[in-house]
Amino acid sequence: MNSSLYISLIPLLPLVTFVLLGLFGRKYFNSISGIIATFSLGFSCLLSISIAYQYFFHSERVNGVLQQIIPVKFTWLQFSPGLSIDMGIVLDPLSAMMLVVITFISLMVHIFSLGYMKGEARFATYYAFLSLFTFSMLGLVMSTNIFQMYMFWELVGVSSFLLIGYYFEKPSAVAAAKKAFIVTRFADLGFLIGILILSFHAQTLDFQTLITRLTDPQSAQYLSITAGSLLGVSMLTWGLVLVFIGGAGKSAMFPLHIWLPDAMEGPTPVSALIHAATMVVAGVYLVARLFPIFVFDSAALTVVTYVGAFSALLAAIIACTQTDIKRVLAYSTMSQIGFMMFALGVSGHGGEEGLGYMASMFHLFTHAFFKSLLFLGAGAVIHLVHSNEMIDMGGLRKHMPITHITFLIACLAISGIPPFAGFFSKEEILTAAFHANKVVFFIALFTSGLTAFYMFRLYFSIFWRGEVHLHGEHHGEGTLSMKIPLIILGVLALIAGFVPFSQLITSDGIALETHVDLLFSLTPVAMAVIGILIAIRLYKTENNRSDGVASAFGGFYHASYKKFYVDEVYLFITKKIIFNFIGRPVAWFDKNIIDELMNQSAAITAAVSENIKGLQSGKVQGYAMYFFWGILGLSALFIYLFN
Amino acid sequence: MNGIPLTHILFVSTALFFIGMYGFFTRRNMITILMSVELILNSVNINFVAFNTYLYPQNLDGIFFTIFIVTIAASEAAVAIAIIINLYRSLHSVDVDETGELKF
Repeated sequence: MNSSLYISLIPLLPLVTFVLLGLFGRKYFNSISGIIATFSLGFSCLLSISIAYQYFFHSERVNGVLQQIIPVKFTWLQFSPGLSIDMGIVLDPLSAMMLVVITFISLMVHIFSLGYMKGEARFATYYAFLSLFTFSMLGLVMSTNIFQMYMFWELVGVSSFLLIGYYFEKPSAVAAAKKAFIVTRFADLGFLIGILILSFHAQTLDFQTLITRLTDPQSAQYLSITAGSLLGVSMLTWGLVLVFIGGAGKSAMFPLHIWLPDAMEGPTPVSALIHAATMVVAGVYLVARLFPIFVFDSAALTVVTYVGAFSALLAAIIACTQTDIKRVLAYSTMSQIGFMMFALGVSGHGGEEGLGYMASMFHLFTHAFFKSLLFLGAGAVIHLVHSNEMIDMGGLRKHMPITHITFLIACLAISGIPPFAGFFSKEEILTAAFHANKVVFFIALFTSGLTAFYMFRLYFSIFWRGEVHLHGEHHGEGTLSMKIPLIILGVLALIAGFVPFSQLITSDGIALETHVDLLFSLTPVAMAVIGILIAIRLYKTENNRSDGVASAFGGFYHASYKKFYVDEVYLFITKKIIFNFIGRPVAWFDKNIIDELMNQSAAITAAVSENIKGLQSGKVQGYAMYFFWGILGLSALFIYLFN
Repeated sequence: MNGIPLTHILFVSTALFFIGMYGFFTRRNMITILMSVELILNSVNINFVAFNTYLYPQNLDGIFFTIFIVTIAASEAAVAIAIIINLYRSLHSVDVDETGELKF
């Protein structure tokens, strides 16, 4: 079996679909473009699963460690003998897991969109963008070197931009797309500088070599990067923190999270794919990829820990007060990614120490299933009631039983109720945090209680409280293509926790024995149950208890409702400070100095030509006259000179 | 002939040249312009003949040149008059200022 060909097919199939649908889709096969894209991706998904299966269970282990395989690699750009940019595909436990997650979630979203996006005029364009996104995301996780990853990173950003702005007739969608692009682009600047610092000192772009060189305290490269320092912080820390800023931008970590809630302007399946399961975990993936280096630098790892923990808490508090169901889910995503981040932050390398790393990846894996399920469920709800606001919903359990059940499973999973998927991964995260950092552990514990509360607030507001009035004819729960992904994902959200994850993906590749400590699990589960009970009391039936609680919190509630004014702070900084003190002077300089210079030179030219254009009369006699006077003058000159 | 110094003849030819020049610059009638050009050519002819006779009497180069110029001037006049007649047919005028049709 020629495995490198099969592996290359995984990202290439979506790329081909993108080109095909992007160029010809709208004109020739708009209505069947969804089917084409789905089949192509289905094939890609099957390949990923079979390759991951082969890799995990039938490939050779050396000392119990799964070896990294690079089936495809070629030089793409050769700048100088020492510097080239390669393209390649890497297969290791991390990328194999991501391959499965991405292609699978993407497939579910493709199928769901068949029903959800039916009848859209730009149906083919939608699928073309989805394929582009899938291609770039696959390229991102399979990158062999950091520069290739950066390129796909940007491609992912572009496709996210295109999909958020899919409804470009809506000004809010356009603004959201721009915001997402600009904020992540700004963060990517940090990523780029980080890449430059790391690769300059390590003299390589390749991940494997980079890690080997920067984790060997004796190597010249390690000595060089730790010797240099800026503002009292070593270049290694700078490089890693800057790379992490790039990751934080994509993963919506505080304070770069502002784009994620607005990104919900895109079609809901897109939110499920990009802004819940795949793209936003790219930052976590990036940190995990460079994890051996991060472990070497406790300062950078501390930044990761606290940014993650703070984002998790902040987002959970905001999620409790939002009324737009997609925004609640967006903040919940941000909170869960915060969990993954600080799990990486508290982790060590190897053995029991590496529990946080494994837990983070495990949570990434399970989160992908239940969060995309939540988004798809929300999509089905929005499809029915044509509104994003909780106030327009209620009592929907009678109208959409399948959505109701699957949504409930996902809510239980994210709240960490056993035996649902989220329980296992969150348990590992909390254990890791407990052993490493008590402060973070208590933040995490409180946040997981909050998570249960706001998820059930959402659940009861949609499916229980009150009675929605579906006026006119409505199309019921949705087509079969919308129900199937919900069911599949529901089953997975139920069982994904039983995957023997610690045997497969750990920081050093050696299988880790984990055990669920019942006594330890008691506290988080109790927290979750308390959260759920509060939600039941406040939101299950129509009552005004929630208003009472809200007014008891007073200003805090209001601040949370306003998302802690982070957007306002950004607006203040950009509009009042940057625009006034940097933008305006620069604009003045541009208008009055640069433009004026050009205008003046144009005006001088125009004035001169205005004055001399009379000379060119078009009359031959006139020209002959100049000629005559010229000859006369020259004659006079020569006579004067030679006489 | 020996009684006339070279400078006299050169003075005549120069006068003729500038008369031709003046006519060429000031007239708008194409026929007059053509005549002015002929005057200029003939002033040159006078120079050729005069220099030949006074400076190199044993050679005939200057005279040959003159004959050539006269011949070519005749044919040139024929072409020029043909153009002028054609212009007159289409424009009903022989004024050079009116013949801006082919500009631009």
